Amino acid sequence: MTPVVEVRSLRKVYPLEGGDDVVALRGVDLTIEPGEFVAVMGPSGSGKSTFMHIVGLLDRPTSGTYRFAGHEVSALDADALADLRSRALGFVFQSYNLLARTTAIENVELPMVYAGVPAAERRRAAMEALDAVGLVKYAQHQPNQLSGGQQQRVAIARSIVNQPQLILADEPTGALDTVSSEDVMALFGRLNAERGMTVMLVTHEADVAAHARRLVSFRDGHIISDEPVRAKVLV
Amino acid sequence: MISVMQTLRLALQALVRNRSRSLLTMLGVVIGVAAVIVTVAIGTGAETSVASQINGLGSNLVIVIPGSVQTSGARTGNGGASTLTVADGLAIVKLPGVTAVSPSVNVRAQLVANGQNWQTSATGVAPTFTVVRSWNPATGRFFTQSETDAAAKVAVLGQTVVRQLFPDGSDPVGQAVMIKNVPFTIIGTLTPKGQSGAGQDQDDTVLIPYTSAMERLAGSTTIGSLLVSAVDGAHIASVQSQITGLLEQRHGIVGGAPDDFQVRNLADIAQAASATASILALLLAAVAAVSLVVGGIGIMNIMLVSVTERTREIGLRVALGARGAAILRQFLIEAVVLSTGGGALGVVLGVASSAAIALFAGWPASVSPGAVALALAFSAAVGVFFGYWPARKAAALDPIRALRFE
Ligand SMILES: Nc1ncnc2c1ncn2[C@@H]1O[C@H](COP(=O)(O)OP(=O)(O)OP(=O)(O)O)[C@@H](O)[C@H]1O
Ligand SMILES: [Mg+2]
Repeated sequence: MTPVVEVRSLRKVYPLEGGDDVVALRGVDLTIEPGEFVAVMGPSGSGKSTFMHIVGLLDRPTSGTYRFAGHEVSALDADALADLRSRALGFVFQSYNLLARTTAIENVELPMVYAGVPAAERRRAAMEALDAVGLVKYAQHQPNQLSGGQQQRVAIARSIVNQPQLILADEPTGALDTVSSEDVMALFGRLNAERGMTVMLVTHEADVAAHARRLVSFRDGHIISDEPVRAKVLV
Repeated sequence: MISVMQTLRLALQALVRNRSRSLLTMLGVVIGVAAVIVTVAIGTGAETSVASQINGLGSNLVIVIPGSVQTSGARTGNGGASTLTVADGLAIVKLPGVTAVSPSVNVRAQLVANGQNWQTSATGVAPTFTVVRSWNPATGRFFTQSETDAAAKVAVLGQTVVRQLFPDGSDPVGQAVMIKNVPFTIIGTLTPKGQSGAGQDQDDTVLIPYTSAMERLAGSTTIGSLLVSAVDGAHIASVQSQITGLLEQRHGIVGGAPDDFQVRNLADIAQAASATASILALLLAAVAAVSLVVGGIGIMNIMLVSVTERTREIGLRVALGARGAAILRQFLIEAVVLSTGGGALGVVLGVASSAAIALFAGWPASVSPGAVALALAFSAAVGVFFGYWPARKAAALDPIRALRFE
């Protein structure tokens, strides 16, 4: 089976005025197969978000190769990357990023709008995604009428609505309390276990990472460890 | 790929989310377009009313008035010479290109009838006056040539005089009217003419045979002016020069001596007047167009603010798979919707104000569909022109920076 993510010798350098370039990634190799649930940990500034942005086709590496679901990414132009994002990727952010004054279901529909899915089909798929996160009742609510945990679940519904090949989540529980964090992580676990969705998420908390099945640790732009998650992770 | 219809929906949703700001943004264009419509309406209204007033004076009218005379060094003003005679008029009728001539003798007179009185100008004219001024009786009849030859005491009243003397609405035809204490019989009333180009009430008059005016009221042998009707517009110039030659000959004016009469051509006056009106309309439209551009700059300003304010939203849309072109189109459509929406509201406001002005101020104002179409097209163009730069900025945003933006 084609790996979802296949990264070789990935480097990312942010050129800074004044000469001192910031090297955010210094040669990263990683392969993620379909159906994996990967947690990424590491100290602040170690390059986790930079890596997620490149994997999520929002940014391009300075050097190295990246194949996403078999596509050689460096060969694709900006429009092709946008089309891949709309069809094959789902994003979940720390700050939810739902459109204000827009109902939950309309927020969930948004990726399909850009993928050119017809309205009736969009409604159906959005309802199904809301059902998967247990928020059908809240379809007509606007973000300011939802709790943080509910908003994040709407965002997760939005990330899965296109049946993407990979869901990327950068600190999805960073703004949530413990109970909501547990809810959200259990949801990711179910999506992975029951629907076979491939998930990669960044977190700072070990008990959040414990929900994943593989743990990748970053330090100074390198992967320093890559191991299966045991029943209990000790920091 | 997202369709244009979908992009339009997204743009509308974004505008509705910021209802009050969208409306405020439109305001500049609303006022600009309304101003264009109103000024053009007043301009064309003025133009048509000038044209119709001048047409109302009579088609192809040439007026001969007495000029200035010099008596032992003292010169009178125009009209001071009392040298025009009925015989002059009879000679002019014979000129080729002339269809009709009517003398005109004006006398200020107190009118008494039906227990009311009113001062107005009694004008002595010939039956040809109806042709020369294209002005016909509304009720009753005009006087005949034989009544004119007999200096009959018959009168035709203008509508203002009718209103003043017969406020009770009774029929004036057949009743008696005292003009300067001379009893006349009212045989007809004139159709209403309204104001003249000079703002005079043309209906405030009473028409009587010129013979009656000269013999019974003025006691003079000369006439105030001669109204001459040319066959058509093309003959006006030749008729004018023939009249000048004829009258110089008849009045014995030779060499470089100044004429004791003036020949005026209404077509020239009409043209000058309507040219003035259209220049005015153009000027007003230009001022209004400037305000439209200012409205457009307002839209650009708000769109730029909006792009900055919605940086996160833009980053999110890009992350969710929006192509740069889709972002550009959405913001461009938002700007165009704002400007054409403002344009449409402006048309409504402009048409309503034009109607209100026409109603209350009494100015003529006619909204032309051309002006409406032009204003709408122009406001759409304003949206595209001033919306493009902010939209470009939005489309060029780096999604990562945009998502980090707080
Ligand atoms: N646009 C940029 N320009 C310059 N340097 C950048 C830019 N983005 C990130 N960096 C640098 O790259 C390094 C890695 O940043 P990154 O955001 O990937 O860290 P992170 O592991 O996600 O940290 P955190 O856990 O705090 O989110 C940091 O040193 C950061 O300062
Ligand atoms: Mg980070």
